[in-house]
Amino acid sequence: MLFELERVSATRGRRDVLREVSLSLPEGSSCIAGDSGSGKSTLLRLLNRLADPTAGTIAYRGRALGTLDVLELRREVALVPQLPALLAGTVAENVAFGPSLIGREVEVGPALELAGLAADFAGREAERLSVGEQQRVMLARALALEPQVLLLDEPTSALDERARDRVEETLVDLRRRLGLSIVLVTHDLAQAERLADRIVRLDAGRVVGAGGEGPEVRRAPARTQ
Amino acid sequence: MSAASDVTFAQVAATLGLVGVAVLVSLWQRMRLEGDIAVAVARSFLQLTAVGFVIALVFEGDSLVLVVALIAVMALFGAFTARRRAPSVPKAFLPLLIALGLAGTATLVLLVVLGVFSPEPRYLVPLGGMVIGNSMTAAAVALNRLGDEVTASRREIEATLALGATATQAARPIVRRSLRSGVIPLIDSTKTTGVIFFPGIMVGLLVAGAEPLDAVRLQLIILYMLLGSVSIASVTAVVLAQRNFFTPAQQLLEPIVSGEED
Repeated sequence: MLFELERVSATRGRRDVLREVSLSLPEGSSCIAGDSGSGKSTLLRLLNRLADPTAGTIAYRGRALGTLDVLELRREVALVPQLPALLAGTVAENVAFGPSLIGREVEVGPALELAGLAADFAGREAERLSVGEQQRVMLARALALEPQVLLLDEPTSALDERARDRVEETLVDLRRRLGLSIVLVTHDLAQAERLADRIVRLDAGRVVGAGGEGPEVRRAPARTQ
Repeated sequence: MSAASDVTFAQVAATLGLVGVAVLVSLWQRMRLEGDIAVAVARSFLQLTAVGFVIALVFEGDSLVLVVALIAVMALFGAFTARRRAPSVPKAFLPLLIALGLAGTATLVLLVVLGVFSPEPRYLVPLGGMVIGNSMTAAAVALNRLGDEVTASRREIEATLALGATATQAARPIVRRSLRSGVIPLIDSTKTTGVIFFPGIMVGLLVAGAEPLDAVRLQLIILYMLLGSVSIASVTAVVLAQRNFFTPAQQLLEPIVSGEED
């Protein structure tokens, strides 16, 4: 099992955001779906320890998250946030940043191409790109770490329909080519059905449906090209 | 008035006439600052007179232990004051106290070792006061900026942490910007000194009857000394305080980001 959560509760600020959530996310492609305020982004942040739960336990591939080296965990389980947050500098500098932290050099061109950007984006200033392009650089930046798991927080929320379709194609392609496990957070149940093998639905911090078991959730195969 | 060293209380009282002008302006423009002006005048009189007696005692005692004690007290009050100016920085007091203590100690020791001043209370007490005062202002500005930067850059910091960066690595850009904020005002005033304004030490010496070039040399020593001490204080305060925004698990505290709170 990729992730197992047992009676996990979490707060943000002083607000209870997750309440005794228990669920399993298998290897492959999973989706956490829910409306705004359902706790889905907070749940994603718990999976690579950008935050810790106030109660309960989380295991990653059978090992308790708290026992793992947090920096290694974040390189292995890479999170791409909802909104782009790039460093000042070129696209290449942004893509190379993560690997450089552990003294590793990276080929920027292939990482960009994996994320659906042409290699000649490398020299462009990150701040001057469109939001959609920045979001792809965020994805390339995470892929440059050569992670085993990608955590994606609403990766298409800032994009128009055409750009969204391209990102979805990229994600399907990534999974096929790299064998990555993906945990995707979205408010769009249709997107969840297009992309995920397993869907967990959250509402007000509680699981209201999972896999094919929930009353409001259908099990959906990942879309193939 | 012939020489500054002969200033009497009557002469000080006479300058209250200028304070009276400030009060009249406040009344005329309905600024409602008369009370604040009165408090400021009374407090400055009492505080400076009290510190004058304390310094006189330290000079008479001629003991370096008293000098160290006085500078320690100044650093303590400086850290309290600066902490209030950076309310968004968690647990800022200790970093500030260490910063002011280190800036004061390192600067004075260096001045003595380089032979600029002899290790006597007459030099070390006033210089220590200047170093602590300027360091306090710079460290407070730098920490205030640090708090604002962390608030404004939460998304960037967390995105960097998510790539496996340590808290120190994730905070590096904002630490750099905060340090610049702390040191730039003194650099700017050093650049313009003698052109746009005359610094206080030089004015005091000239009024007291010193030769102009003697006054200039002493003023330059003070300015260069302050550049060093302000840098030490800012970098110490910011580097120590930035850690307080993070947990040992390299998590940014209070990670509330507008629009991403679910």
